[in-house]
Amino acid sequence: MVNEPRAVPARIGSTETVVEVRDLWMRYGQVEVLKGVDFTARRGEVLALLGPNGAGKTTTIEILEGFRARSSGHVRVLGTDPAEGDERWRSRLGIVLQSWRDHGKWRVRELLGHLAAHYRPHSEPDRVRPRDVDELISTVGLEQHANKRVSMLSGGQRRRLDVAIGIVGRPELLFLDEPTAGFDPEARRDFHDLVHRLSDLEDTTVLLTTHDLDEAEKLADRILILAGGRIVADGSAETLARGVARDAEIRWTRGGDRYVHTADDATAFVRDLFDQYGDAVTDLEVRRATLEDVYLSLVHRHETGRTDEAAMAFEKETR
Amino acid sequence: MTSAAHTLRIGIARGWIEFRQTLRTPSDLASYLLNSVIMLVILSFLDRNEPAAGAISLGMIGLPGALATMIVFGGVTSMAQYLSIEREDGTLLRCRALPGGVAGYLTGKVVSVSLMTLLSMLVILLPGLFLIDGMLGNGISTLPTALWVTLLGLLATLPYGAIAGALFTNPRVATGIMLVPIMGLIVISGVFAPIDGFPGWIQTAAQVFPLYWLGLGMRSAFLPDTALAVEIGESWRTLETVGVLGAWAVVGLILAPIVLRRMARRESGAAMEARKHKVMQRVV
Repeated sequence: MVNEPRAVPARIGSTETVVEVRDLWMRYGQVEVLKGVDFTARRGEVLALLGPNGAGKTTTIEILEGFRARSSGHVRVLGTDPAEGDERWRSRLGIVLQSWRDHGKWRVRELLGHLAAHYRPHSEPDRVRPRDVDELISTVGLEQHANKRVSMLSGGQRRRLDVAIGIVGRPELLFLDEPTAGFDPEARRDFHDLVHRLSDLEDTTVLLTTHDLDEAEKLADRILILAGGRIVADGSAETLARGVARDAEIRWTRGGDRYVHTADDATAFVRDLFDQYGDAVTDLEVRRATLEDVYLSLVHRHETGRTDEAAMAFEKETR
Repeated sequence: MTSAAHTLRIGIARGWIEFRQTLRTPSDLASYLLNSVIMLVILSFLDRNEPAAGAISLGMIGLPGALATMIVFGGVTSMAQYLSIEREDGTLLRCRALPGGVAGYLTGKVVSVSLMTLLSMLVILLPGLFLIDGMLGNGISTLPTALWVTLLGLLATLPYGAIAGALFTNPRVATGIMLVPIMGLIVISGVFAPIDGFPGWIQTAAQVFPLYWLGLGMRSAFLPDTALAVEIGESWRTLETVGVLGAWAVVGLILAPIVLRRMARRESGAAMEARKHKVMQRVV
C-alpha cells in the first residue's frame, strides 16, 4: 500500500490544540461504552477514528459535536466545553451528517443557500462565512443537479450534498462520521482530494470515523484505534504498523519450493539469502505489517477480552 | 444585525419556502385542504337559507365554527404532525448542526403552518360566503375581528402542537392521538350547533378549551347581535375570549420552549439512525 506524500507546509509549527479529550467516560445504565478516552487534535490535522462496530466511535464524535452529554471527563473543542457551546462556537464547526430523506422537497441550491445564511452573522475577516454557494456546488460536483429536488438525487449525489452542507460555513473543525459510505470510487477520490484541500489550504482540522482502513491510511495524518472503550493505538499509519509488528514476512521460491520466513531485519536476511543461494532465489516478496494487520491484531485481542493487555503491549512497543 | 433578528429573518425565509413547496406539491396540498373540503360538505348539509328577520340559521353558526376548527387543526394537528415527521427524517438534526438552527427551524414551522392554516380557512370562507346567506351583515368590521381571533387562536394552539410533536416520536401515533380529543372538542364546543342546548356540565367543560372561544370569537365577527340569543350569557364576551385564549397562549409559550429544548437536546445521529432502522422494519 503506497501512501502518497502530501505537502503540508501549513501544518508545520502549528501546535494549537483544537480538540482535547482527557479521561472521557460514557455509561448507558450499566453499560460502559467509553472507559477513559484520551486524545488531542491540533489545528489542520486530519484524524481518523477507527474501530469495530459498537466501539463507541459515533458516541465519541457526538459528544464532541455537543449532541450528547458525557458521563464524565474533560472535553474541550475549540477551547469550549461542547456541553456549553453557544451559537458562535457552533458556527465554527462543520458536521457531515448521514442524510436520509430530510429536506426532500428543497432544491439543492435553495437548501444550500438557506443553510448558508445561518453563518452570515458569524463571518470573520480571515474566515469569510458562509462559502459562496455556487462555488461550493461545483466543488462537490453537483452543478448539473443544482435545481433538482433533493429527493430526486441519487445516493451518491446526496452524500456530496451532505459534504457541501458540512463545509458551507467554512468550519475550523469538521466532523465526518463514515463519510464515504455509499460513494463510488470516483466520488471517493474526489472526496479525499477535498479533505486534503480543506486541511492544507484552509487549515481545517478534520476528525473522521471510518472502518475503511485504506481510507484512514490515505486521508489521515494520525490514526486512533478505539477498542474496548479506550484508544488502544494512536499514531501515523506507518508508526502503528511498526509499533505492533516489527517483523517482516519474506517469501521466496527456490528449486520449485515456496518458502516463508519472518525476520526482524529483513534486509540482512535477504542479503544472506542471496549470498547463500544467488540466482536460485526467485519470486522474492518482502512484506511489512500493514495497517490492516495492526488493526486486526488489536481488534482480535480486544474481542478475545485482552484489551488492557493489547493497549499496554502497544504502549510498550511504541515507547 | 442582532442574532435574534437574524434568526427571525431566517425562520421567516424557511417558512415561506416551505409554504411555496406545499403549494407546489399536489399530494401535500390535498392532505392539507382535505379538512376544508370536509367542512364545506358539512356546511352544505346545514340550513343555508336566509332566515327570517332577526333569526339565524344553523349554516350561519356552522361557518364561523368551521373556521375556528381549522385553526385548531392547523395549530395543533398539523404542527404536531410536521414536527414529528421532520424529527424522524432528520430535518431537525440537520438544523441542530447550524448556528441558530433550531430556533430558525421552529420559527419557520410556525410561519409555514400559520400560512397553510390561513389558506385552509380561505378555502372554506370564500365559497361559504356564497353558500350561506346572511354572513356579511357586519360589513367591513368582520375582517379585523376575524383576524385577531385567528392570530390569537394560532398563538393559543401552535405551542401545544409543538409539544405534542416533541413528545410523540412516531408521526402516525402523534396524529392519531391528537385527533380523538379534537373530535371530542368539536362535538362539545358548539361549533355546529348552539351550545345553549347542551347540558350545563358540557358547557362548563367546553369553556375550558380554546375551541369554544375561537368559535365564539368567529361568530362575533360574522353574526349580527341578534344571534346572541343562543350564546351563554347572551354576550360575545370579548374580554373573556381574549383572557382564555391569552392564558392558553401564555402557558403554551412557557411550556413549549422547555419541552422543545429537551427534545432538540436528544437529537443525534445515533437516535436518527435508530428511528430510521425502526421505520425500515415497519416497511419490510
